[in-house]
Amino acid sequence: MSTVKKTKGTVKKPAVAPTDTVVTQATAGTQNQAGGEGSGVRRRDFIHIATVSFAGVGAAAVAMPLVSQMSASADVLALASIEVDVAAIQPGQSIKTSWRKQPVFIRNLTPAEIDAANKVDVGSLRDPQTLAERTKPGKENWLITLGVCTHLGCVPLGAAAGEVKGEYGGYFCPCHGSHYDTAARIRKGPAPLNLTVPEFAFLSDTVVKIG
Amino acid sequence: MVRLVAFLVGLFFSGMLLLGLGDTVITAIQEPAQPTAEHEFHEMPLAVNFAHDGPLGKFDRGQLQRGLKVYSEVCAACHSLKLVSFRDFAALGYSEDQVKALAKGWKTEVPSINPETGEPATRPAIPADKIPSPFANETAARAANNNALPPDLSLITKARADGPAYVYSLLMGYRDQAGYKNEEGMEILKEFPEAATPPGLNFNPWFANLNIAMAAPIAADDQVTYDDGTKATKEQMSKDVAAFLTWTAEPKMENRKSAGWAALGFLLIFTVLAWMSYKTIWADKKH
Amino acid sequence: MSFPWAQEYKPQGTVSKWVDERLPLPRLVYNAVGAGYPVPRNLNYFWNFGVLAGVALVIQIVTGIVLAMHYYASVDGAFNSVEHIMRDVNSGWFIRYAHMNGASFFFIVVYIHIFRGLFYGSYKAPREMIWLLGVTIFLLMMATAFMGYVLPWGQMSFWGAQVITGFFSAIPLVGEPLRQLLLGGFAPDQAALNRFFSLHYLMPFVIAGVIILHVWALHIPGSSNPTGVSVKGEQDTVPFHPYYTAKDGFGLGIFLILFVAVTFFAPNMLGHPDNYIPANPLSTPAHIVPEWYFLPFYAILKAFTVDFGIPFTGIIIIPAKLMGVLAMFGSILLLFFLPWLDTSPVRSGHYRPLFRKFFWYGLIPCLVVLTYCGGKPPYTQWVVLSQIAAAYYFAHFLIILPIVSRIERPLPLPNSITEAVTGTPLTPAAA
Repeated sequence: MSTVKKTKGTVKKPAVAPTDTVVTQATAGTQNQAGGEGSGVRRRDFIHIATVSFAGVGAAAVAMPLVSQMSASADVLALASIEVDVAAIQPGQSIKTSWRKQPVFIRNLTPAEIDAANKVDVGSLRDPQTLAERTKPGKENWLITLGVCTHLGCVPLGAAAGEVKGEYGGYFCPCHGSHYDTAARIRKGPAPLNLTVPEFAFLSDTVVKIG
Repeated sequence: MVRLVAFLVGLFFSGMLLLGLGDTVITAIQEPAQPTAEHEFHEMPLAVNFAHDGPLGKFDRGQLQRGLKVYSEVCAACHSLKLVSFRDFAALGYSEDQVKALAKGWKTEVPSINPETGEPATRPAIPADKIPSPFANETAARAANNNALPPDLSLITKARADGPAYVYSLLMGYRDQAGYKNEEGMEILKEFPEAATPPGLNFNPWFANLNIAMAAPIAADDQVTYDDGTKATKEQMSKDVAAFLTWTAEPKMENRKSAGWAALGFLLIFTVLAWMSYKTIWADKKH
Repeated sequence: MSFPWAQEYKPQGTVSKWVDERLPLPRLVYNAVGAGYPVPRNLNYFWNFGVLAGVALVIQIVTGIVLAMHYYASVDGAFNSVEHIMRDVNSGWFIRYAHMNGASFFFIVVYIHIFRGLFYGSYKAPREMIWLLGVTIFLLMMATAFMGYVLPWGQMSFWGAQVITGFFSAIPLVGEPLRQLLLGGFAPDQAALNRFFSLHYLMPFVIAGVIILHVWALHIPGSSNPTGVSVKGEQDTVPFHPYYTAKDGFGLGIFLILFVAVTFFAPNMLGHPDNYIPANPLSTPAHIVPEWYFLPFYAILKAFTVDFGIPFTGIIIIPAKLMGVLAMFGSILLLFFLPWLDTSPVRSGHYRPLFRKFFWYGLIPCLVVLTYCGGKPPYTQWVVLSQIAAAYYFAHFLIILPIVSRIERPLPLPNSITEAVTGTPLTPAAA
């Protein structure tokens, strides 16, 4: 310990308020900013501002991949469309399948159910849509909807045999009591919208591509 | 006290190391290391150039497509490519329909189950599928290959030093062991009679232990018929498949390089600005 | 803390004042890395590396958190999840390569930071605590890096885990049970991978905590400087901001250029090809080597080839394997004692002619040789070289340094930092 003090032994009393030029420079940085020396100062400020802005832009550019990595990856997107063979679904039956990790109901409507759906006065509906708008021309019996209640995302009942179909013969969501009709339109309960119809197309009479 | 203990510990460790040094030297003199056939005959990968080499290199799409053809018609019989999906082939310049057709027409189908009975079955591949492996599992692969396991090729060019050149050299490197001499003129069977290639293996100086289970896969010119009319010499096929396997190991290489240039350019400007800023601030400060 | 002439934080505006009275965090930052921290005016570029090490840690934490969103720590899935990141995750290849090379650059920067301290005597009084905390950070970094390297579950990951945990089995009696405790099994497997992931996520935050202590301890005596002469007055210092923030900004630019060049154009240069082969517990790679930053210590481990015992009796007191392990840990732990081994009153190597010779012609070549030999197969020439270098390493710190600091005649020191900078003696008489 004593050895260290030896180095300090060369101290000739800390210069508390020295007045030589060297010392006045010590605060030159701040003086320059405050003092203002015309164009010289403006050029300097410009460099600092440019440097800091460049750093900011760089940080933002790095933030982009750090955020975008969270969006769906290529393997997830690759499964964004599925093909389903519907040949085995008899009128009155429906199946549940999975698309984008969400349930999809594919329902083969009976003529009676189609009639029931078409009889409804569209204007009286909460989310006015006709059955024709929700199906493909010539294939009005194929009702394809997401099995996700538009209220809070529960899976409604009614797709599997023996399940409650609600007061309107379509689907019924047990979470908060939303009733959907045979065109999967909201008729009663808290849900604001009809069950969503995903993008789909018939590739042949029996194969439908969803997504 | 600290210094005394340190001194003793230092003396002990250094002393033991010097003792070990003596031991190493004496052992080396008394029993000099015997040269081995691997040491004398194992060759470094051949020098070969690819379009994707260097910081500006880009993949040659035509070459990658030819390489895929070599892989699918030659290598795929034994080697899997588990990490690559058919959809990835869009990056080789194939259209969506071509990718679909490639997937559907792939020789091996995707393991699946029969939707009615639940029995194991297979189905044609779709673009979202990974490339189906030729063997169901490692045991099956070994059983079909004389107990050798054909490695997965997805990452092979990153999993070997100087990977692309290694693949090329290995494919081109099959030699007749009888009378084979290295550059110094040393004849392998004369110097190392015990290094004779055992039955069932093949002599290849570019393989680490000189004897590889895989028989020369690219055996003759025109083994593959290229769609673009390129003459399918052995060298051309080896090079094309090496380029293809570089892509399978590093499909984002081009994105990486172009992003790198953008980042470097940006940082160069930033650094110059920061330097000017630094010099301005310190301008009247001697240091 | 700090010097009496340090500028005081003066909150402007009501909000700043309101915050300052309730939680003076801006004041803390101002005093730590702002204008409120007076720093010797003569720092050279070696003093950039502390800040750069901090930046490197931030890079690792940010990229690491992102990678953990996609990685799964399972022996069947880990390797494929890394490849999923490389192939399918948006910009995943960039984040993964940045993390992978970021570790190497963290070590490069920290090694230079340590050598700066070694050469300029930054570990000496009154800065011993900074040094002790620094060595602690270094040890934590090594543990973190090792566990991180296991996570991709490639061949080198697996066999690295096998070899490193194997060190513990060299300990008499408790060695094997201890190893099983660490691994949660007889060999690296699911249990080990899961706990390594958990700890690899935790440790960087521990490191960040120790860094706060490291910087806190730094602010008690203030930064050292290339002359090693203590600050005598206001003329010797400049405020950290804007002087050293500007210099660090420039240094950061250079660091990032090098980092980007490697990450984007040679991302696998510092790695080993075998780690692109999935882990196979039944087949060992031709030769197992750790990441480059562990090579000197690995060389020391391998350099011990003879047992310590009583000659001609066959009684072995310390087997070679245990000695290698002890020496390897000892080679780092001895750094903790450095402030008391080097007793020279002069800090800076500039004014220590003998010390300087041993530093440049002894220690540095010795470490280069150890790094080189650590990655080589056990052929005679490499074993001999690493034995000489390792012997020198221990001798340097434990024997030579204490003796040198006793017998050396240091060169005359400048009276003050300002005098060293301006060349004109600054005396009270002249003022």
